[in-house]
Amino acid sequence: METFLTDLARFASLQDANTRTVALGTCALGVACGVVGCLATLRRRALLGDAVAHAALPGVCAAFFLVQTRSFAALMIGALVFGALAAGLVALVRAWTRVREDAAIGIAIGSFFGLGVVWSGLISRRPEGAAAGLDGFIFGKAASMTGADAAAVCAVAAASLAVVALLYKEFKALAFDEEFSAAQGWPTFALDLLVMALVCACTVAGLPAVGVVMVVALLVIPPAAARCWTDRLGLMLVLAGGMGMLAAAVGVGLSAALPAPRGALTRGWPTGPLIVLVAAAFFVFGALFSPRRGALAQMRRRAVEAPPS
Amino acid sequence: MNFLSLIDWWTLAIAALCAASCGMVGAFLVIRRLSLLGDAVSHSVLPGLGAAFMLAGSRSPAAMMAGALAAGVLTAALAAGVRRIGRLPHDAALGVVFTSLFALGVLMITWVAGSIDLDPGCVLYGLLELASLDRVDLLGCSVPRALPWQAGLFAGNLLLVVLLFKELRITSFDPLLATALGIHAGAVHAVLLTAVSATIVVSFEAVGSILVVALLVAPGATAQLLTDRLGRMVALSAAIGAGAATLGYLGAVALNANIAGMIAVAAGGMFMLAAVVAPRYGVGARALRHASLTLRIAREDILGVLYRVGERGPGGAQAALQHAQAVRAAGATIFARVACHQLRRRGLVEQRGDELALTPRGLEEARRIVRAHRLWESYLAQNLPLPLDQLHEASERFEHFMPRQMQEQLASEIGRQPDPHGREIPPG
Repeated sequence: METFLTDLARFASLQDANTRTVALGTCALGVACGVVGCLATLRRRALLGDAVAHAALPGVCAAFFLVQTRSFAALMIGALVFGALAAGLVALVRAWTRVREDAAIGIAIGSFFGLGVVWSGLISRRPEGAAAGLDGFIFGKAASMTGADAAAVCAVAAASLAVVALLYKEFKALAFDEEFSAAQGWPTFALDLLVMALVCACTVAGLPAVGVVMVVALLVIPPAAARCWTDRLGLMLVLAGGMGMLAAAVGVGLSAALPAPRGALTRGWPTGPLIVLVAAAFFVFGALFSPRRGALAQMRRRAVEAPPS
Repeated sequence: MNFLSLIDWWTLAIAALCAASCGMVGAFLVIRRLSLLGDAVSHSVLPGLGAAFMLAGSRSPAAMMAGALAAGVLTAALAAGVRRIGRLPHDAALGVVFTSLFALGVLMITWVAGSIDLDPGCVLYGLLELASLDRVDLLGCSVPRALPWQAGLFAGNLLLVVLLFKELRITSFDPLLATALGIHAGAVHAVLLTAVSATIVVSFEAVGSILVVALLVAPGATAQLLTDRLGRMVALSAAIGAGAATLGYLGAVALNANIAGMIAVAAGGMFMLAAVVAPRYGVGARALRHASLTLRIAREDILGVLYRVGERGPGGAQAALQHAQAVRAAGATIFARVACHQLRRRGLVEQRGDELALTPRGLEEARRIVRAHRLWESYLAQNLPLPLDQLHEASERFEHFMPRQMQEQLASEIGRQPDPHGREIPPG
C-alpha cells in the first residue's frame, strides 16, 4: 500500500521524465480522440476508426517495403495512406452500392488486415530480418513512448482540435441535419471527408501508443459517455474531450502505481487497457446516474408515471 | 516441384467448410446490419477465455469453448443494453462493449500471464498451416482434429438456416409483422446470435479471428450485390465463402504466404469485383445504365430539334441541320457525338455533306417525341397556373419518359388544339 501511494505521488508530481512523456502523449490523444469521436459517432460512423486502424498494418508494410528501414515517420505515413484508402473505399461503397456502411467497414477490417498479415509475413521471411515484428507498431505500447512520439501525438491533437473549433458550426449542421447543411451551400461531402480525415489522423497517431483496439475505444467510449449527459454538441465535445483526457491520466497513473501482477513477465500493468477501462467506468457511471438519460432516473420516472394500482 | 503436390486437401476442406458456415450466418448479419458483430465478438471472447482459465484452472478445450461462447452472447446482450440506455447507434454501442471487454481480457491475461501461454499471434492469424498435423481418429481413419468440428458447425448452421428460414427471413425484414404473426423476434434474434457466437468460437481456433471477421461479412455482402432473394443470397454467400477459401488457399500456397490472411484478401477481392461488375447493383452496371439513358435522351433531343427546324423551315419537315448544331442541341458532350453516330447507324437520320436530316423513319420517331412534349405542355398550361416560359423546361425532361398510354389519354383530353405556344401537336 505504501509503495502504491509513493508511486502515485511520484506519478502525480510528474517527476519521472518517462511518465511525464507518456502522460502528456496519452492525454493529448484522449482529448483529440474524444472530440473527433463525437463527430464520427454522430455521423453513425463510430467504428470507421476500427477499419482505419486495421488498414494501418498493410500501410506499415508498404512503407517498410518502400524505404527499407523502420523509420517512424515513414511507417506513420504508410499507415495514414492506407487508413485513408480504407476510409475512402468505405465511403465509396456506401455511396455507389447497396451495401451498407457497417458491412463495408467489416470487409475493410478483414481484408486490409489480412493483406497486412500476408505482407508482413512475406517481409519478415526475407534475410535482412529488420522487419520482424512490424505488426508491433499497430499493437502499441504506451510505456515505450518517446518524446518525439509524444510531440507528434500532441501536434496531431492540436491540429484536430483547431479544425473542429474553426468549423464548429459546419460540423454541427452536418452532424444533426445534413439537408440543412447542404441547403446552406456548405460542401457536405467535403466536410464528411474532413471528419473521416480527422478520424484517420487521430487513429494513426494513437496506434503506436495504445494499439488498434484501444484507439478505437478512445474514439467510441468518451463520446458515448458524454452523450449520457447532454444533447448539446458543444457540451458533448467538451465533456468527451475532458473524459478522454481524464481517462488517459488516470490510466497512466494506475499503470505507474499499481503493483505488478504476480509472476508477470512485464513490469506493471499495460497502460492501454487501463485507460479503456477507466473510460468504460465513466460510461457506466453516466449510463446509470445521469439525471435525464440514466437507467436509475428512467426507472424512477416509470415508477412515478405508472404507480402500482 | 508440382504445384498440386503442395496442396494439402485437408487444410483446404477445413477452410472451405469454415468459410461456408460463416457465409451462411453472415448473410443474415449483413441483412440485419449487424455486420460488425463478428468483429466485436471475436475481440470480446478474450475475457471469456481468461475467465474460463481462471475458473477451470486449465486450458481444457471444453472450458475455453464455454467461456468464449458465454462472452460472445454476453457481448450481443450488453450491446443491446448499452444501445438502449445510451441511445447510441448500434455500431457505437458495439464499440463501447467490445473494446471494454477486450481491455478487461488483456488485464486478465496479464494477471494470469505467469501460468498461461496464450499467443496473440495464434489468436489473430489462426493456425491453418498446422491444422492438418493435429490428428484424431474418426471411424478408423485419421483426420485433422478441426475437421469434425468444422463439419459439425456446417451441419448445425445448415440445419438452423433450413429449419428457421421463414422465421429468420420475416424477423430480418419486418420484426413488427413477425410479432403480429406470433413469431418472437427476440427469441429468433437470440438463436441467431448464439449461432454466430458458436461459429466464431469454433472457427477461431482453426482459422484465427481476423479471418472469421472477414468471412462473416464479405461473402454475405457480395451475395447481396448479386441477388434480391434471401434464400439465394444465403446459398450464394456460403458458396462465395467456400470459393474465397479455395482461391485464398491456392494463392497462399503459390506465394508461400499466410493462409488466413490470403483468404481474407480473396474474400475482400471478390467483394470488390462484385461491386464493380455485378449485373444489377454493380458500379459498372449502374454506370452503363446511366450512360445508355444519357445516350437515349441525347438521341431524342437531336430528333426533336431536327423536327422543329423542319417545321419552321421552308423545306417541310425534312429540313436539315449542321452536324455541329445537332451536337450542340444535345448538350455538346461526348454523348451527343455518339448519339449522332447511333442515329445515323440506325437509319433515323442521314448525313448529306455536313448536314443531318431526318429519314422517314426518323421523322416518325421525332413526331412521337415532339408530340409527347407538346401534349405535356398543353396539359400543364390547362391544369397549372404556370407562366408560359416555364412549360418548356418541364416537358423537355418528361418527353423522354412519357408512356404511350399516357400520350393517348392526354390527347383525348386535350383534343386537336395547338399547344400553348401556338404550334401544332403532331398526330400520333
